Amino acid sequence: MQNYILANLFTQIGKIFSTQKYMKYVWRGLWNTLYISVCAAVIGLFIGTIVAIIKIQPKTKAWTVPKIICEAYTTVIRGTPMALQLFIMAFAVFAIRGFPLAVTAIIAFGINSGAYVSENIRAGILSVDKGQTEAGRALGVSGGFTMMRIVIPQGMKNVIPSVGNELIALIKETSIVSMVGTVYDLTYVSKLIGAPNELATYLAPMLVSAAFYLLIVYALTLAIKLIERRLRKSEKR
Amino acid sequence: MKNAKKEKFFKTEKTPVEPYDEAALLEAQHLTKSFGELKVLNDISEKIYEGEKIAIIGPSGSGKSTFLRCLNVLEDPTDGYVFFEGNNLCNLKVDINLQRRRMGMVFQHFNLFNNMSVLKNITLAPVYVGMHDLRRAKLNNFKIKLLNLFKKKDKKTPLEEISKTAKEIKAEAKANAMRLLERIGLADKADVYPSTLSGGQRQRIAIVRALAMNPKVMLFDEPTSALDPEMVGEVLALIKEVANEGMTMVIVTHEMNFAREVATRVLFMDEGKITEQGTPEKIFGAPESDRLKDFLSKVL
Repeated sequence: MQNYILANLFTQIGKIFSTQKYMKYVWRGLWNTLYISVCAAVIGLFIGTIVAIIKIQPKTKAWTVPKIICEAYTTVIRGTPMALQLFIMAFAVFAIRGFPLAVTAIIAFGINSGAYVSENIRAGILSVDKGQTEAGRALGVSGGFTMMRIVIPQGMKNVIPSVGNELIALIKETSIVSMVGTVYDLTYVSKLIGAPNELATYLAPMLVSAAFYLLIVYALTLAIKLIERRLRKSEKR
Repeated sequence: MKNAKKEKFFKTEKTPVEPYDEAALLEAQHLTKSFGELKVLNDISEKIYEGEKIAIIGPSGSGKSTFLRCLNVLEDPTDGYVFFEGNNLCNLKVDINLQRRRMGMVFQHFNLFNNMSVLKNITLAPVYVGMHDLRRAKLNNFKIKLLNLFKKKDKKTPLEEISKTAKEIKAEAKANAMRLLERIGLADKADVYPSTLSGGQRQRIAIVRALAMNPKVMLFDEPTSALDPEMVGEVLALIKEVANEGMTMVIVTHEMNFAREVATRVLFMDEGKITEQGTPEKIFGAPESDRLKDFLSKVL
């Protein structure tokens, strides 16, 4: 019996790969997952960097309100489940007729990962020696320019492993969106393939989806390694 | 009780600004810096004239470095003022970046930018300044052009002159940096990253980086304390060379022999105050206070 199921599984997986109809779904799912996670990652990195920079500002009057807002943002976002945030976004904030769910998802995931990334980036900026900022300022270069050209490039190097971690988690988290509604991402597509009677199983398409998630994450891991090696060029002896 | 507490936290009264001495290049007025309860600098008033080479000596924790860092406001003084060529650096209305460009600073730990090659380290600030001015001039010209549209032909305001293009600014900065690198014999290291260099080489490049801005005064914050004894010589030789060219200098140092050779005036600091000062002959030859005698007997 066990052997029968296993053999059946392989034939089913083979069937998915060989049938054009199913592969169309898979490619569509792959594309959607990729573009939701890439857009969300870009938004997340953008928000994260800004929040991190605001958080490390000195405690002066002008920065009090932005700092409180950023503090509240990270606390709330990190303290509530991603799925709930997505539900609230989809059914309350962007509950507009015709508003694409994919865009809602991008915004929700972006805001979510921004909170996590901001803490990582803050740690990275703080890891850069204070002397670097001082040297820049002592040369008469403005604070913003010093931050952008000297501190952040050096901090990024230390941040890349943890931010990479965050991005990997984000890619897999995007599967939650299939719970909310019709977005043809990899998880939703696997359900779609399994539903008709021809295959009579959810296991095979889900394994295929899982393999594609693994593929994306592995590619990302390689890319991160490459970027890190590039950035560490200045440390080579 | 409540009032007393309030006073402590909200004490914002500062000593009034006194007129500055126009002959002095750098002037500190009643400079005070406290970290919480600890008063690191205690009401220091000092004038530094052009061409002077000043060595600041003293036991550790006496506020030498803090005093130096207050001179270009890397450390915000709690009270008092610093005047540089008549500009009050502690006034927030004065553009501090503009003033700092004319004050070079060399740090104990070199602080070369680790993510840039040696050449980029040196050209960063000159290129930044040049590009900044260029962009400002271009923006200004654009505004003038816009306003000129609504003016009569004979009343048009002339455009600001742009003497250098971006390429020229970069090329000039690079040529200048290479000239300076050749002077210290490190021209072949222009394209390497600072992490591959020895301490002495790094410190010399840090000095050259400050020199690339053509500063009026150079501040040295213990330039040789983080170096191997072997490398101290080359750095001191370079500082001496710069000093002989007539640069105004303020050097915080533990190298007494160097201070004796180079300085025109030596300040001895103790517990946040300049307790004794004079020519090196006087300070090292005939010290007055017991504290200075005690200090010299330990270091010499």
